[in-house]
Amino acid sequence: MSAWVWIAVAALGATGASGRFVLDTLISNRSGSRYPLGTFVINATGAFALGLLTGLALTGDALLLAGSALLGSYTTFSTWMFETQRLAEDGGIAPAAVNVAAGLAAGVGAAVLGRLIGAHL
Amino acid sequence: MAAFDRRELGAISLGGAAGALLRVWLGETFAGGAPGWPWLTFAVNVTGSFALAYLATRLAERLPLSSYRRPLLGTGFCGAYTTFSTMAVETIKMFDADRGGLALAYAAASIGAGFIAIWVATSLARRTRALT
Repeated sequence: MSAWVWIAVAALGATGASGRFVLDTLISNRSGSRYPLGTFVINATGAFALGLLTGLALTGDALLLAGSALLGSYTTFSTWMFETQRLAEDGGIAPAAVNVAAGLAAGVGAAVLGRLIGAHL
Repeated sequence: MAAFDRRELGAISLGGAAGALLRVWLGETFAGGAPGWPWLTFAVNVTGSFALAYLATRLAERLPLSSYRRPLLGTGFCGAYTTFSTMAVETIKMFDADRGGLALAYAAASIGAGFIAIWVATSLARRTRALT
């Protein structure tokens, strides 16, 4: 990989992480829910976008940059699991299970939908 | 519109760039491994979860408040190093290949191992106080 691609990976990783933080803050400030809705929205929209790129049959550096670097950094697995474990500590197994099931179902569903739309564009 | 701290955003950007570089570099280095189980995403997500939980617990419950370590290392690095979108697309590709059982096992194993990693790291970070 050329140096430019690595520089772009770093820049897009920074963009994805910052975008995640800004969106999560905006959603969390407005939501009174016990559930971490920010991470839910971020992961579902990111999975939708990666599904879309997959449907568009993006490959090579384009997929690496838009998919792995940008959307990979925008979405997050660790925060999802961290928030789930804290939910389990505070409220027991039920809210934790809801957070896992909803996050997974929304993410996989969004990726399927995104790919379907991408394939028809 | 909420006001955002520029230095906090800078720390997140720096951490996010490093997390993305490490994940992409690992992907390039270990590309074309055994087909089927996405070991790389799995390993990245479990190790990143462990690191985030240890760090977040230490910073929130044990160490004096520092403004930029959490955004740099937690939100930025661990958040960008781990990924959900890739896991979702890998899962639907397994369903396409008529490997629905593998897809369910992959999702369940990622979530199970990720949760255990968070739990163990949290316990370790909380116990450390007794030693220091």
